[in-house]
Amino acid sequence: MIQIFKDVKIDWLANRRVFIAVSILLMLAGLFSAIYRQWNHQRNPSAPQAFNLGVDFKGGSVITVKFKQRPPAERIHAAIAQQGVHDAIIQPVTDKPDEVLVKMPLEGPDTGSSGDAQVDPGQTKVRRALASFGSEAAGDLASDPNAAYKIVGTEAVGPVAGQQLRNKAIAVTLAALVGILLYIAFRFEWTYGAAAVIAVFHDVLVTLGFFSIFQWEISLTVIAALLTLVGFSVNDTIVVFDRIRENRRLHRRDSLYKITNDSINQTLSRTVITSGLVFLSVLAMVIFGGEVLFGFSVALLIGISFGTYSSVAIASPIMVWWEQRLDAANRALALAPKPLGGTAAGARTNGVPVKSRPAAAGVRNQSRGAGRA
Amino acid sequence: MKKTNLKLRVILILAITILGLYKVFMPNITGAGARLPKKSDFTIAGIKQNLRENIHLGLDLKGGSHLVMRVKTEEHLKRLTEDNAVAALNAAKAKGLPVSEGHAEVGTNNYRVVLTADDASKINEVREAIENERNVELSDRLGWSFSSSGNKLIWNLTGAAQRTLSDEATKQALQTIETRINALGVAEPTLQTHGAQDSHQILLQMPGVTDPERVKKVLRADSRLELVHVISPPSPAPSQTYSTREEAIASLNSSGTIPANRKVLEYSERMDPSSESKENQNQPKAVKWVVVETPAIIDGSELRNAAGVPSRAGGTEDYEIQFSLKKSGADKFGAWTGAHINDYMGVVLNDQVRSIAYIKSQITDTGEISGRFTKESAEDLALTLRSGALPASIEYLEERTVGASLGDDSIRAGVRASLVGLLLVVLFMLFYYRGSGVNAVVALILNMILMMAGLIIFGATLTLPGIAGIILTIGMAVDSNVLIFERIREELRTGKTVASAVEQGFGRAFVTIIDTHVTTVVSSLFLFLFGTGPIRGFAVTLILGLIINLFSAVYVSRTIFIWLLSRKERAESLSI
Repeated sequence: MIQIFKDVKIDWLANRRVFIAVSILLMLAGLFSAIYRQWNHQRNPSAPQAFNLGVDFKGGSVITVKFKQRPPAERIHAAIAQQGVHDAIIQPVTDKPDEVLVKMPLEGPDTGSSGDAQVDPGQTKVRRALASFGSEAAGDLASDPNAAYKIVGTEAVGPVAGQQLRNKAIAVTLAALVGILLYIAFRFEWTYGAAAVIAVFHDVLVTLGFFSIFQWEISLTVIAALLTLVGFSVNDTIVVFDRIRENRRLHRRDSLYKITNDSINQTLSRTVITSGLVFLSVLAMVIFGGEVLFGFSVALLIGISFGTYSSVAIASPIMVWWEQRLDAANRALALAPKPLGGTAAGARTNGVPVKSRPAAAGVRNQSRGAGRA
Repeated sequence: MKKTNLKLRVILILAITILGLYKVFMPNITGAGARLPKKSDFTIAGIKQNLRENIHLGLDLKGGSHLVMRVKTEEHLKRLTEDNAVAALNAAKAKGLPVSEGHAEVGTNNYRVVLTADDASKINEVREAIENERNVELSDRLGWSFSSSGNKLIWNLTGAAQRTLSDEATKQALQTIETRINALGVAEPTLQTHGAQDSHQILLQMPGVTDPERVKKVLRADSRLELVHVISPPSPAPSQTYSTREEAIASLNSSGTIPANRKVLEYSERMDPSSESKENQNQPKAVKWVVVETPAIIDGSELRNAAGVPSRAGGTEDYEIQFSLKKSGADKFGAWTGAHINDYMGVVLNDQVRSIAYIKSQITDTGEISGRFTKESAEDLALTLRSGALPASIEYLEERTVGASLGDDSIRAGVRASLVGLLLVVLFMLFYYRGSGVNAVVALILNMILMMAGLIIFGATLTLPGIAGIILTIGMAVDSNVLIFERIREELRTGKTVASAVEQGFGRAFVTIIDTHVTTVVSSLFLFLFGTGPIRGFAVTLILGLIINLFSAVYVSRTIFIWLLSRKERAESLSI
């Protein structure tokens, strides 16, 4: 039997301050990048914004052109600028040497009133500019000897649709998080649910931070990746929490601190194997998935790494800290003379969590002074 | 575990596997193109062909266009308000009511008809007469709330009525677009409302259409047809036209205003605005103006049929549109033409007079629009006339086209990434878990097959993010196996027998697997319910994959263990 870990006894929780400090630093780095870039962008509009939003969210056009002989990007840019579009970005496709993406922001505020039924009139200008490189193939590029290029894909998103997609993406992510919180609260305790959701939130923020720092483009598929990492991160957290729940039943005398450490250690092989394998398959997507899947894969790659880290280093310490706080408060209640919520106060020992906290919560504030005395 | 139980499990698994394999690789036996498998279906080429036919690929993989448009419902409301204002004023004049002026006021979410009575005391009398008029739709029941101020009568379109009318307009636009798309012969289009209800958006997806310009032109075409009385001395005098708009208005009266029952329209003889050929652009525009009577004799809603046919007069390139009228329209038209022999009549398309002719004899139910159309433009125009007018024009919010080659490249990249990922996972599982690794591999492959079968059974489409969902399902499927195997190892370490370690391992890990799967399904359900296109495709494969995984990674894998253990009386070791 090959085994990665044999009987590990690492005191994870002892390092919680370091873990949390590292996470806060990472989140601050992302936040700093976003704020600095936005501030810089306001002073100098040509500088990048906090996030490099794709056309899905910002509105604009992307035209994918396949050339027989790809001209240099500067020449394409010059040809398009001649038609009056100056802020187009020419991006050669990394994994396909004959293709370029022409990206540009929306031209003009309103296109409907002019009677032109195109989302973005800029596309027409790009088509005109491309005609200076030869003629477009009617059918397949390779089988047309006279053609120089072929437009293989276009995307145009108007400002209304862009904003709509952006709002929807945020709403869907938040709704998914609430759904997760409710399910975990139902299956475990709400402290577990809250800890898991905080950890997941952390993963999303850290990943977004990377996207701000490196200015990777955020498209709809990146949002799908963020949602996936939400699923994966919660998955990891639940495996640990599940073991904690089981161990609390088996070892009623052990402290939550010890049980949590044991549970993390017991599930460590699984955590490392699963995350490692998923990491490898996502790495395969980064390498072999091509340009289209790049944003998606890279978001997942970062997300999976931090999702695994956060279930051990963030979710568990927060849950333990929270439970201990509640426990202390309850014990204080039990010691207080004439507890107001007498029945509920004694019910919570360091054994199995009891789901009758609302009654105790009601009196916690009133008796806090007495408890400390 | 009893033998019979094992047999049942094996039979169930085999049945599901065979069904899955059949669904994925063999021709479908129900629905369109149903046929029984034949010999050629069992060759590699045959299997590939069937796979391609069975799985619905999304636009991003197959190529096609995706259009999101908005119906400008505010235009519909504006037109409605203006029509009502004209009708109310005409009715007041016809009945001799004491009304001096009437107009429509249109602002953001604000539509009102205002009439001015001669005397404030006559307001109630005027209101009653107007609201009872058959051609006027101003009544409380129809959503117009009445108020008065001084000698003004004001009808305000309520917010609720605005919403209802806008929704109706969207629905009507959807129907019109559907008729037009079907008439154009677009294969397997998807047409549905999109986004929130009050956003009045329509999504149109056309697989295989990589240049949507013609479709867009036909959709955009706002074809309002009217047959009108042209104000002119009767034939044999030529029809009365004016070279400028001002001149036309001046002919009406000296004050330079247009009375409510007259309209001044452009008359562009022998011009084809829907064809933007260079030949036409180079010609100087011969624009004239004519005065016509409003309301029209009949409009496009009375049309029964329209067709583009070769012109009787012109050469081979010249086409015209022949139309016929419904019974009610034919009656009205017949009565009017009977009473106006030698008067001039105009065919008005989108507020442009397209042709003028005098009435030779009573016409009842057919007519034609001539004006140098090409074959395509005549057929497209006939099509838009047949399908009825759009209640309001549409604007495009989102437009995506994917060429077939780009789609092929995406499939190749996605499949390659999936296969590499799968291979890595398989190698690791076999290396790390030895004999039990085979279990995991069988479960994984079964999961892939059943997921494809699931997509086919539910008629779901496979998109690029969908492929990403498959890759993640591989991850989750492996996770289940790792959880179970690690647990069995733990149980073995505590000195349990192989049989009870397997039993306990599955039992304990199952709780965790359920929890992880349900959380992911819950979050994916949100994506499915509220997400847009690509996110949705992703959610579909992930949800399907997770549910199937409970079967393949837990039930099937466990059955294999039971079978392995049942072969020996007392199993003492397990390759894990």
